Amino acid sequence: MTTLGVFNSANLNGGQKLAMKYFAVSLALFGAQILFGMLAGIQYLKPDFLYEVIDFSVNRTLHVNALVVWLLYGFIGGVYWILEDEAQHPVVGLKLGNLIFWILTSAVVVVVLVYLFIQIGPGEMKSIWLINEGREYIEAPRWADIGIVVSVLTFFYNVAATFAKGRYTGIAGVLVLDLLALFGLYLAGMFYTPNVSVDQFWWWWVIHLWVEATWEVLVGCIMAYMLIVTLGVSRKIVETWLYIEVALMFGSGILGLGHHYFWIGTPEYWLTIGGFFSALEPVPLVAMVVHAVFDAGAHKLKNSNHPALGWTIGQAAGNFFGAGVWGFMHTLPQINLYTHGTQWSASHGHLAFFGAYSTAVIGFFYLAAQKARGNVYMSGNLPGAWKWKWSMALLWIGMIGMTMAMLIAGYEQSQIERAIEGSTWMGYFAAQTHPWFVQAMNWRQISGWAFALGYILLVWDLLTIGKGETRPAQNHS
Amino acid sequence: MTSSTPSADLWWASPSFWRKLAIWVTGGSFVMLIFLTFDTMSYIQAGGKKVPAYSVINQRVDYKFDDTLNRFQPVIGPEEPLFGKVLTEAEAEALVSKGKLTTQAKNCMSCHTLLGNGSYFAPDLTKAWLDPAWGSKELRESAMVAFLIDPSDKLHNSAGRRMPKLGITEEEARATVAFLKWMSAIDTNGFPHNFKAMDQSDPAPAAPTEPAAPAQP
Repeated sequence: MTTLGVFNSANLNGGQKLAMKYFAVSLALFGAQILFGMLAGIQYLKPDFLYEVIDFSVNRTLHVNALVVWLLYGFIGGVYWILEDEAQHPVVGLKLGNLIFWILTSAVVVVVLVYLFIQIGPGEMKSIWLINEGREYIEAPRWADIGIVVSVLTFFYNVAATFAKGRYTGIAGVLVLDLLALFGLYLAGMFYTPNVSVDQFWWWWVIHLWVEATWEVLVGCIMAYMLIVTLGVSRKIVETWLYIEVALMFGSGILGLGHHYFWIGTPEYWLTIGGFFSALEPVPLVAMVVHAVFDAGAHKLKNSNHPALGWTIGQAAGNFFGAGVWGFMHTLPQINLYTHGTQWSASHGHLAFFGAYSTAVIGFFYLAAQKARGNVYMSGNLPGAWKWKWSMALLWIGMIGMTMAMLIAGYEQSQIERAIEGSTWMGYFAAQTHPWFVQAMNWRQISGWAFALGYILLVWDLLTIGKGETRPAQNHS
Repeated sequence: MTSSTPSADLWWASPSFWRKLAIWVTGGSFVMLIFLTFDTMSYIQAGGKKVPAYSVINQRVDYKFDDTLNRFQPVIGPEEPLFGKVLTEAEAEALVSKGKLTTQAKNCMSCHTLLGNGSYFAPDLTKAWLDPAWGSKELRESAMVAFLIDPSDKLHNSAGRRMPKLGITEEEARATVAFLKWMSAIDTNGFPHNFKAMDQSDPAPAAPTEPAAPAQP
């Protein structure tokens, strides 16, 4: 018998114990992402800061790679978290899953150390294999790619086999097929070609079809479970919505890939196809907002975990604004000609990743914190609730501040560098030194500090929430 | 309030309808994508309709506004071999490939954009070959090589941002220039718009020489 309010792994099932490990690394890498983002941001304001020590390129690589990896860890953790509950069966290869966790984590540590201390190599294939592939988001050297593929295949096996032996729900069906697609797509990024157009064509298969298709569906699956657990929404409603979202998400997102094929040497028909389908991409995100808000309202916000539900509603809204609205704003080729590759993209990227994915993973952190303390009370009138509320507020204020600052910088860049000056070296710096741009970078940095503070509060809160709480979780039904 | 849920009987609100639709939509979209991918590959292979053969580095590459298309287009001009040496297709590919590999090994994309993709801390490289910042057509090749080998001590911009010295060898620098020249010849549907390419026209035939003006202090 476990005591309420005391952190004890005996409160968790096998999959959830493994999930806790993934969540711990995920949370730490979230911190690393913020740290290197802050350093890179300072370099916009003080270009000599860490010059030739940790150059912008190194900070930027670590910033975006930490992002990809902490979210993936959060997703893997999220899937292991729901797995035994959903399948009503213990994880089939739990020992293997633990082993792979340690192997994958060791590989991540080695890759980070190489990025930090070796940084670059000579222009030879061995650099691609051992140091850095030099392709944004998937910079990981080829040896690590292979390690990632092996790890995720093990993960896929664990998920598929556990569902196969236990209960095969609607969520399970979508999740298994989505994971298969997600990992298959990674292979599209594992080759070298001198042809930069071919290179970027397949690179986008990985990046876009991950971020704007398979990741969205994966998050749809784990958030469906979240709504069942926190709000007690009926499975039939959640699963019907999940199918609707899959239809809309893949229906718009797969050919929406075309919006990356406007300017990389690809044929002109992509302007039409990419423009049309990516204009449809916000539709499933609207559906998700309707779904989350309707369910929360239908249950009169009565739920078992206030922070998790708060982040869930934030996820629906953030996904809609960040991925949907911000994406749509510059997705049509007529505007993208001027905004492509400016701070506009960075603005969209920040709000979309945070809104769609970070929020979902943080929601799961709170589910985990609750269960690890014996499924304690986490609804209204929680002692120390200011911590989760302030961390949530600071993270959102910081993120919205950064997004707006970069949007202003992006507008300025698209006008001055792109439309007027035509993207020459001179034009680029004319835009970068413009007071509007400089002000925006200052505000971005200030917002970054707010965000970092929110992160510190979040870590503190996750480590302490529910401590000494004696009430059991509020029943939502 | 009655507890009956009429929607349970409606075909359009049933899970099975949406599950089937999701499968058909996903499958259909994916089949379309595969078809378009095969078609696109024929355009973007080196020597395809949109992406030039690597030996294009033997010729002048320019970027001009096309009145018919109403956008900027690469223009392939007369023979103007890179570093004064005409290369075969295989030699050109090897050189461009070495340059591309260098851009990856040096992680160029984490400061610059290529074809607009990458990071936003340094200028876009899509048309770097044509940038008027290199001075003139005559100075360009040596200026680019010298800059790549050690940019840290050279004038960059008033923002104070400088490219670090990345240990690029002369061989790698020349290959990188070849890659950049080849990339500038890719037909990118008019991106970047309004790019003001350097003047590469041949000098006017033998004007009478005048004494050089004294250098400005």
